[in-house]
Amino acid sequence: MAKINSLEELRKLRDQAKESMTARSGSAKVKIFASMGTVGIAGGAREALKAMIDELEKRDFHEVEIIESGSMGLDREEPVISVERDGYMTTYGRVTPDMARQIVAQHVINGQIVSEWVIARNKK
Amino acid sequence: MKIYRIHALICAGGQCITAGGDSFEEALKHAIKEKGLEDEIQVVETGCMGACEKGPMMVVYPEGVLYVHLKPSDAQEIVSEHFLKGRPIQRLMWKEADGNFPTLDQVPFFAHQTKIVLRNCGMIDSESIEEYIARDGYAALAKVLSSMKPNQVVEEIKKSGLRGRGGAGFPTGLKWEFTARENSEMKYIVTNADEGDPGAYMDRSVIEGDPHTIIEGMAIAAYAVGATQGYIYCRAEYPIAIKRLHIALRKAKQVGLLGKNILGSDFSFDLEIRIGAGAFVCGEETALLNSIEGKRGEPNVKPPYPSSKGLYGKPTVINNVETFANVPFIILEGAEKFRKIGTESNPGTKVFSLAGKVITTGLIEVPLGISLRRIIYDIGGGIPDGKKFKGALMGGPSGGVVPASKLDTPIDFESLNEIGSMMGSGGLIVMDEDSCMVDIAKYFLKFTVDESCGKCTPCREGTRQMLTILERITSGSGKESDLNELECLAETIKLTSLCGLGQSAPNPVLSTIRWFRDEYEAHIREHKCIANVCVMKAPKSEVKKRAKKITH
Repeated sequence: MAKINSLEELRKLRDQAKESMTARSGSAKVKIFASMGTVGIAGGAREALKAMIDELEKRDFHEVEIIESGSMGLDREEPVISVERDGYMTTYGRVTPDMARQIVAQHVINGQIVSEWVIARNKK
Repeated sequence: MKIYRIHALICAGGQCITAGGDSFEEALKHAIKEKGLEDEIQVVETGCMGACEKGPMMVVYPEGVLYVHLKPSDAQEIVSEHFLKGRPIQRLMWKEADGNFPTLDQVPFFAHQTKIVLRNCGMIDSESIEEYIARDGYAALAKVLSSMKPNQVVEEIKKSGLRGRGGAGFPTGLKWEFTARENSEMKYIVTNADEGDPGAYMDRSVIEGDPHTIIEGMAIAAYAVGATQGYIYCRAEYPIAIKRLHIALRKAKQVGLLGKNILGSDFSFDLEIRIGAGAFVCGEETALLNSIEGKRGEPNVKPPYPSSKGLYGKPTVINNVETFANVPFIILEGAEKFRKIGTESNPGTKVFSLAGKVITTGLIEVPLGISLRRIIYDIGGGIPDGKKFKGALMGGPSGGVVPASKLDTPIDFESLNEIGSMMGSGGLIVMDEDSCMVDIAKYFLKFTVDESCGKCTPCREGTRQMLTILERITSGSGKESDLNELECLAETIKLTSLCGLGQSAPNPVLSTIRWFRDEYEAHIREHKCIANVCVMKAPKSEVKKRAKKITH
């Protein structure tokens, strides 16, 4: 680690370090729920989730909590991934790794819902 | 920057490690690797989370799931079910009596606490300076260096009303002021981490869980009084604490938060660790300073006080670990905010290690002025097996017993002194009806007899005489005059001993005589130990009678 020479440098370091600890604070802006039932995993939920994390890292977006949830019973639509943002829970179905990347870029980071893949939307 | 979807915080405080926490951690890391999840899960070793009775413990974020009593064999299941599939394992989770599974902030044990000193314990990786900085670490030092004059810092600490947490409760700001006023080219800052009371582990846990807060507190003190060199005196029995302190010191020096020209200012401060060989008397400040100098760990006559003639004869600020841990909070949040916690003459919080006969033992931090009843029943969950509370020993071998009738006494320095107990450094041992008070007094007196350094006669010989009397009483040959003699000896030792060790050594005996005189009398007159702890010899007359019966 480099030397900290001023107050500003200390502040910068703090903000950076804080971001990497967002998951522990419960104050994340966006929550991603990945359905990880047996069917979901068989349908490729792990791959979709990994792609999401990778995309988040690439875009350096840390205001997010990733939660694995159980299956909601909608096996036909697995892998199912829900995004909670701005007070709405939006659920996407049959999410492939490529779709997952786009959901991150459009919806998670920028708040634009990818409407053609949405299977449900509720107010939180 | 790396994103981890799961942060698994494993308690790596001394208790959890002793309970097998490190082998669980190893198994968990192995299982994570097996499933190929290393990139998604961050395993963090934190300091003591507090609920030591439940150890080894782990908190899993983002959900905040609390796992307790973990065994290495549980690791596989946690990884494959929870980490991979998102199904927390209920059989391993913290369960309340009503059948609920609370998260960290919902557990009553934690909910009734106020955390200043332990604010980072169990929340951050204690070996990572970045995580300390993320939680506003070193911001107080930066504030002091950039916007406050040394005398303003002393003023702020004085205004906060912070009192030394080592036991005596001397106002910290005043102590700093005395040293600041001294005219000397060399001044020292010393942390007393020679925590020796049986059953007390507050200071160890703070160092293990948040070593940087001590470094920051000391650096602020150094700036305030004009010191350039500091020492942390820690006992050798705390290897984990010493290891983490070394790591913290190295990292702080690396980034320039210790050493020359800190944060680009002209303030320089360096720190070293001194390891004590575990003599209880070295917790006494003058004995501690002698030990740092390489001399025999024996106390000196005071005055002169360390604030004017301390380490190597130079003005020295010596404070307890917990005292320094309060300093960054006071500077950052202001004295006003600190005063809002606790009571008027006793602001702030106090850390206690809750031990003995309570359901949830562990490390707790509560606002001063709280009652013992709330600590034992609301936080600790009460006495196990429906037994009756008998007394709580506060202040270890220098303190006294608080009986059931005084459970509602507010916990502050003055009120505890009034009932013959003392705050001490924060050891709190709860006893139920199965404890014999005479035996307890004997136990703690034996400790001080062992630990007396032998320099002054009242402490060396007096405590030994008291112990002989107590041994007589607990073996069934006590005399009617013994209680009187005990009290007389105790008063003399208190008045004439050289240092705090001797002056407070008779306290456990005096306070048990004060509140449990009937138990002493039962031992002496009826040769009976109510709690069935002491093995009593029958009186001579009784032996003769029995012998007659057998021969006839």
